[in-house]
Amino acid sequence: MRVERIPLSANYAAAYAAKACDIDVAAVYPITPQVEVAERLGQFVADGELEAEYIPVESEHSALSACVGASAAGARAFTATASQGLALMHEILFIASGARLPIVMALANRTLSAPINIHCDHSDSMASRDCGWVQIYASSGQEVYDSVIQAYKLAENDKILLPVMVCFDGYILSHTYEPVLVNSDEDVHAFVPKNVKRLLDPDNPLSVGVFCMPDYEYEFKYQLVEALSNVPEQLKKVDKAFKESFGRSYDLYETYRIDDAEVVMVALGTTASTAKAAIDDLRKEGEKVGLFRPRLFRPNPVDEWKDVLSKYDMLMVVDRALSLGSVAGPLALELLGAFMNEKDRPQFTNFIAGIGGRDVTVDDIEQMFRKTISGYRSGRIERACQYYGVRM
Amino acid sequence: MSGLKSYREIPIGAKNVEPGSSIRNETGSWRDFKPVVDMNKCIKCLMCFVSCPDATINPVTFGVDYVHCKGCGICAQVCPVDAIKMVEEVT
Repeated sequence: MRVERIPLSANYAAAYAAKACDIDVAAVYPITPQVEVAERLGQFVADGELEAEYIPVESEHSALSACVGASAAGARAFTATASQGLALMHEILFIASGARLPIVMALANRTLSAPINIHCDHSDSMASRDCGWVQIYASSGQEVYDSVIQAYKLAENDKILLPVMVCFDGYILSHTYEPVLVNSDEDVHAFVPKNVKRLLDPDNPLSVGVFCMPDYEYEFKYQLVEALSNVPEQLKKVDKAFKESFGRSYDLYETYRIDDAEVVMVALGTTASTAKAAIDDLRKEGEKVGLFRPRLFRPNPVDEWKDVLSKYDMLMVVDRALSLGSVAGPLALELLGAFMNEKDRPQFTNFIAGIGGRDVTVDDIEQMFRKTISGYRSGRIERACQYYGVRM
Repeated sequence: MSGLKSYREIPIGAKNVEPGSSIRNETGSWRDFKPVVDMNKCIKCLMCFVSCPDATINPVTFGVDYVHCKGCGICAQVCPVDAIKMVEEVT
């Protein structure tokens, strides 16, 4: 087993992982803050380090369409995007999942226009959460590298056959360099041998994604429901095998100082990483606070979430996206959904923060905790979604 | 919906493994106007044949497959000698 420890941004980590997975087709349209994924993959192909078709498409709609065709023809296909690019891919997202194509996408999370802004929030991936893709949210460059490799193993599993999106915070991760353990391509190949079914075959003609009437559409869509329900168990298996091969593991979620916690914060990505410092500070003051970071967000691993969270009274959900017109942010909504029909469930506070790349600092998170703790102890929990830091 | 297959019995991913199965979809019932070819005027240029989106015109006999013709009228539009008339069908 050969391992190198090299400084990589999360963008480069995604490109290195795609190369290690020996992808056959990369169809990528560069968009800030994902550009380095496109650039590095192009470099790998130009230098002969990766034997793949690099398709310089004219738009993200074409990028994902090219991946759909490539995947149906039996190629291991990869793309990457952000923000407006994901929005432009929107209709093809449903086609990729509906046609059951194991495409993997790296997504550098960025907010959506208007106003135009290139910085991080989760508006893009949250607006795509109902598309039938698996969504994994990473919180480090290492996790991005490892998750892309795990994603192919999961996507090409016969029980799954779904596309996977590996999401990471734009700039905060995409442009931050950290030492990343990079395994040899040979070892990664051995972990994820190619298993893409070749659908398009001249000797056995068939049509993919054909016309369908109301008598069968529902059944085809229900197949997606079932395949998604298999994801939590299969991802756990992939993660376990990954640990055996490479010694690193992430499970479906991460917890931090949660055992005796009075208030548990729930957040995705780098907001959760920052929260650890805030939790350490508050613990020094004697406050019992902890963290739950979902890594697999779609499908919701409802049983796993409830196993961990149902014993707590007070959850504080910090959303890095708006669900405009709704009563809460998307993460809070999905967690509430997990507790649907549960008589005894935790109470929730919900903060919106970090919109359009605004920093979510250690101090910010401490303030959210203090508000939640004082509401909980006084019995006056703020029920409404709180738009933290917005100038009123 | 009785007699239809369950979600387990159909191929995943909206695949259709049976070539040419659209022939079973009898779209002729959609039609309000039907094309009628006047063979006295027809010059056999095949414009109607190449323009028909449903392949309902026989390139040898110039007969129309009314089981599948949707009555779109493209054939009548492209005919250079006005040999095809769209005739309202009253049922």
